[in-house]
Amino acid sequence: MLYVVIIFLLASVYLYCLLGGADFGAGIIELFTRGKNKKLTRAVITKAIAPIWEANHMWLIITIVILFNAFPAIYAQISITLYIPLILLLVGIILRGTAFTFRHYDAIKDNSQEVYSRIFAVSSFIVSFFLGMLIGAVVSGKMMMHPTGFWESYLNPWLNLFSISTGLFITTIFAFTASVFLIGDNSDEILMPELIRKSKINSLIMVTAGAFVFLASIIEGIGFDRSFISNPFSLTFIALATIALPLLWKAIETRKIWQARIIAGAQLLFIISAFYSVYFPKIVIFKDAESLTLFNSAAPAVTINLLAWALLIGSLLIFPALFYLLRVFKRKENNDPL
Amino acid sequence: MDNLLAARFTMGLSLAFHIIFACIGMTMPFLMVVSHWMYLKRKDETYLRLTKTWSKGVAIFFAIGAVSGTALSFELGLLWPGFMKHAGAIIGMPFSWEGTAFFIEAICLGLFLYGWNKLNPYVHWAAGLMVGVSGVLSGVFVITANAWMNSPAGFDWVNGQAINIDPWKAMFNDAWISQSSHMIIGAFEATAFAVAGLHAILLLKRKNNLLHKRAMIIALAIGSVAAVLQPLSGDFSAKDVAKRQPIKLAAMEGQFETEKGAGLTIGGIPNEEKRITEYGIKIPKALSFLAYGNFEAEVKGLNDFPKEEWPPVATTHIAFQIMVASGTFLAAAGILFWILWLKKKEWLLHRKFLILAAVSAPLGFIALEAGWMVTEVGRQPWIIYKILTTAESVTPVPGQVFHLLIFIISYLILSFVAVWLMRRQIKALDENITEEQLKTAE
Repeated sequence: MLYVVIIFLLASVYLYCLLGGADFGAGIIELFTRGKNKKLTRAVITKAIAPIWEANHMWLIITIVILFNAFPAIYAQISITLYIPLILLLVGIILRGTAFTFRHYDAIKDNSQEVYSRIFAVSSFIVSFFLGMLIGAVVSGKMMMHPTGFWESYLNPWLNLFSISTGLFITTIFAFTASVFLIGDNSDEILMPELIRKSKINSLIMVTAGAFVFLASIIEGIGFDRSFISNPFSLTFIALATIALPLLWKAIETRKIWQARIIAGAQLLFIISAFYSVYFPKIVIFKDAESLTLFNSAAPAVTINLLAWALLIGSLLIFPALFYLLRVFKRKENNDPL
Repeated sequence: MDNLLAARFTMGLSLAFHIIFACIGMTMPFLMVVSHWMYLKRKDETYLRLTKTWSKGVAIFFAIGAVSGTALSFELGLLWPGFMKHAGAIIGMPFSWEGTAFFIEAICLGLFLYGWNKLNPYVHWAAGLMVGVSGVLSGVFVITANAWMNSPAGFDWVNGQAINIDPWKAMFNDAWISQSSHMIIGAFEATAFAVAGLHAILLLKRKNNLLHKRAMIIALAIGSVAAVLQPLSGDFSAKDVAKRQPIKLAAMEGQFETEKGAGLTIGGIPNEEKRITEYGIKIPKALSFLAYGNFEAEVKGLNDFPKEEWPPVATTHIAFQIMVASGTFLAAAGILFWILWLKKKEWLLHRKFLILAAVSAPLGFIALEAGWMVTEVGRQPWIIYKILTTAESVTPVPGQVFHLLIFIISYLILSFVAVWLMRRQIKALDENITEEQLKTAE
């Protein structure tokens, strides 16, 4: 049953990066959109994510619940060592969600719309960046079981080049998936070429940021680069992700919306799998102690079994409902404004 | 400020803030569903407008509740890693169910808010109902976890480690029914009276406005039932606390001496130095009766326990008094509502009744917050009662006061904006109504 829980944990992380990530990415795109397209972009983003962002956000809750229920030692360790970026992440999450909702529901649409938009866009960027930073930090090997001093204990694990590079990489990934997803939500012919152009540029930025992760690993001596090159799974996944890229461009060019969405989703799966293949089953890698893995920090079997059943039964409820939600709001003919 | 105190304040602040929005998010959909049903049955546009107006409120409050709840799920670990590394495996199960319920709630909310004209009207209505149902369920699951902290079960504590874990026993601990029922009823009571009060204030300004009138009646009908049930649930809870946590009961009542036929102290300020509660009114033998159903029963006083196990007595006692006083007032208001509804309907729109409803508006939430202070402060110094202390669980990360400051500022701003947004909703509604009032004037 531990494997069931592990699959759910990894799937939740993936789905959060895919669905929640696309919502953050939409904010990042808004942040970097200037001029006459700003209003149009904003309208598409609102239409695309308003009905679903709260449901997408739930994958984070599920991830956290699995973590503290099934792997409490990992949850406690991360909570202590990565305290500062977690707080910043939380503030970002609070600001992003509320600003977006306020923008949509404020009964009087005046100058305050600009303030909400600014907060929404900036905090989308911040949350994505810190999320990626946290992912880099746990595997960077800079965490210590018995640290001395504030720098070693609470700063160095995340304030290093490698974590910053993963932060940027995740940010570019989110922006990229969002730009592909938004093409399907857009019905405005003026904006369409702009969005297509964006998705292509974003895919190139993403590849560049990915290369930067390798560079950071070499500079910091993390060893990610060497492990990656010698890991057959990582190499296979990254090859698949690379092959997917021209296919995706073709799908976008021919406006095959769902094909493009599915390829983008698969690509994200390949990238995450390529990254995590290097580390599986480690979650927290210490400099001075054994790593915390999905096996050595698992809760007692009885807890794992009950959680696995809860997740299996829960997913029977969640997935049909989620499917229905997406079907109602994401079908092609659904192009009338909210 | 020392780290432990700062961490406790941060946790208290985060909970106190989240509770308001969580309660509105889980009970407001029921009000909305009633109004929506009336619209579907009678095709009366006022009910439609009311439903849409309320649903905007739900959307705003739900979003704040969801993000502040996310913050809490992290803060459990950020502030109390020493607690979560033990508790996670034992009491994680209700959280996993809560996650499911919360997920369904979010999905149904999306369907409800954006499903006008897209869904079959009754599917749409059912989506609204499911928001409330799953909201209440997720509330119950969270409370079972808190009840476990008061009434730990489902493990053996050996040398500072939990062994023989049984998550079912942990979830269905002795306190789960009394605590979750008290909380859910309280949530309905607080939300409904707040909503009724708000519409009463608007009715004072705009007499005979049909929308506000109907809104107030729906809210009071639900709130009054909750308000009358709540003292019964409170009595059940108090008897439960007397049995499981006699020291918490003693602090709630400001009872220092162990006595047979103990009197009930109303009001008063406990003085921990002198070990007496001063300035209170005593009702002879009433405490023994309320706690044990017997006028002569022995009630354990604080003096029977070592001082280092005392919770902050004054805070617990005063919070308890505030909760009981507010609850009693609302129960009386609830009974009055039914009397008027059955005998003198037109008086419900009388200025005096509207003022009463307006005054009642904040009382439910005041009672709710005070009640949580009783539960949480009254459990100190323990985080898991008689097993683990808050001091042993607090994070080693220094500078907790900064965390506190960041959250004070964030939540102050959010509260301010939420109130401001509500005012703007009302303003926009008012402007619409002046035109429509001409059409629908009675």
